[in-house]
Amino acid sequence: MDKSFFANKKICALGDRDGIPGPAIAECMKTVGGEVLFTSTECFV
Amino acid sequence: MNFPVIKAAANILVQCPNMMMEHGTTLIQEKAKNPDSEYLKSIGQFVRSYEESVAYAPNQVFIGNMKPSDLNNVAGPWYSHPVEPKTDGRFGEIMSEVDFYGLMKMCDRFELVELSSEIAPVIKKALQSKEMFSEAQLAMLDKGADIAEIQALVDKHTALGLYDGDKLLGCVREAHESDPNLSAHVVFENLVTKASGVLAMKHLFIKNKIDPAIVDYIIETSEEAVGDMNQRGGGNMAKACGEVAGCINATGIDLRGFCAGPAHAMVNAAALVQSGIFKNVVVMAGGCTAKLGMNSRDHVNKQMPVLEDMVAGYAVLVSENDGVSPVIRTDIIGRHKISSGSAPQAVIQAIVVDPLIASNLKITDVDLYSPELQNPEITVPAGAGDVPLANYKMIGAMAVKRGEIEKKDLMDFTKKHGVSGFAPTQGHIPSGVPIIGHALLALQAGAIEKLMVIGKGSLFLGRMTDLFDGISFIIEKNSGKLESDDDAAASDEFKQELRELIADAMQKVADSLAGR
Repeated sequence: MDKSFFANKKICALGDRDGIPGPAIAECMKTVGGEVLFTSTECFV
Repeated sequence: MNFPVIKAAANILVQCPNMMMEHGTTLIQEKAKNPDSEYLKSIGQFVRSYEESVAYAPNQVFIGNMKPSDLNNVAGPWYSHPVEPKTDGRFGEIMSEVDFYGLMKMCDRFELVELSSEIAPVIKKALQSKEMFSEAQLAMLDKGADIAEIQALVDKHTALGLYDGDKLLGCVREAHESDPNLSAHVVFENLVTKASGVLAMKHLFIKNKIDPAIVDYIIETSEEAVGDMNQRGGGNMAKACGEVAGCINATGIDLRGFCAGPAHAMVNAAALVQSGIFKNVVVMAGGCTAKLGMNSRDHVNKQMPVLEDMVAGYAVLVSENDGVSPVIRTDIIGRHKISSGSAPQAVIQAIVVDPLIASNLKITDVDLYSPELQNPEITVPAGAGDVPLANYKMIGAMAVKRGEIEKKDLMDFTKKHGVSGFAPTQGHIPSGVPIIGHALLALQAGAIEKLMVIGKGSLFLGRMTDLFDGISFIIEKNSGKLESDDDAAASDEFKQELRELIADAMQKVADSLAGR
């Protein structure tokens, strides 16, 4: 996917405790111009 | 330096299908939000019988009748391939829910648990046959209540029912009419944790012929909070469990760290023993009702049995070095620091790699890693992946990065240094510690030399921080060599002489630089 897709998009970052945590997704989104509105990491275990 | 040892370990399970239906948070929320959902209508046909849960291979591994590696020889899905159904195992047992109601009653000091006069003697007989409980404890089952009175309490919502299918057998009453922390729900949850913790302790002592009176200190590591409206997490589950388990000389404390709690507690127990503060410390926990059926929506969608019907418990005895039992290497402790970061690579670097580097060890020097050992048959259908395997891949990837193994050998690394997950998704329960019983046997048999236990905790769930957490320790074969007090004194004397020599040399260097 073209990274510019995320530019100026409003982002909700939903991470998985045993996968990629929410803050890590949020950091990535910020680097490609996304506006992170909400970050959370969920646990299924 | 004499490292502390792990003398014994116990694991228990209780199959609780009715508690799952009534007290699992996924089901509670669904009943409140979508009472007519297809999920609720159909879940009943995917609930297992007690017999099916006993014949389930991962459960047999958990209580010690099979080794984790034996799961490689059981065709998948494991729930379709029953194994020999033994209720009693090397580390513990698989108890039925109805018998467990009796144990909850025996753990109740405030007459909050009521059992019907019809079922109480039946349960008493079943528990009596286990030869685990005193006459005084069993006598608590002599007094049954009228089922109509129990039904009335449940109908008034001042008590929560204890069911066997549709049949009401008893209830757990609220402990206060307006205190939310003493509601029937909270008391129920805490009594399940207490009773399953007690069961694990009982097995620890009985199966290993350990007198509970030798225990000085108990560290309890569940994820429940015991208290009233003025101190929600006041405690002390540890002492409450120790009282029923016969630890007359012990005090204790509840230690919390989400799923990382048990690993933190093992490190604390090791420190207490090595320092000489206490000789025998039990680390233990019961299970939780909230997580029963947590991923059941996905299991139902996949038309498979709802496997999260097991309440679990564990207990481990940490003692002074006896020259035989495997040691805890208190000089190799990994920790996830506040500054470590939450990305998977950063977590493994902090918890696994850094302590090994500090001790001049390679990742491949550790024969077996025990991260969280959730049963993948529960987590994969729910989309949460194979958690142990993901951890092994990350540890292996770090070994590749450090040049210890080739990239092509990554999957071999996961097989050689890992085991399949076999523990129920009970939060703190799968977090490294279920391996300890198996590890003690493997270390004493010489099958492995070193094992790293890894605990990880999702601190962000409590909304006080968005940090992750984790801690690790290494269990190693006992060398059999014990340092005596004389050795220690000689070592201290030598170190002092060395310090004086170095100080003298440095003074001379300083003097020469200053032209003195």
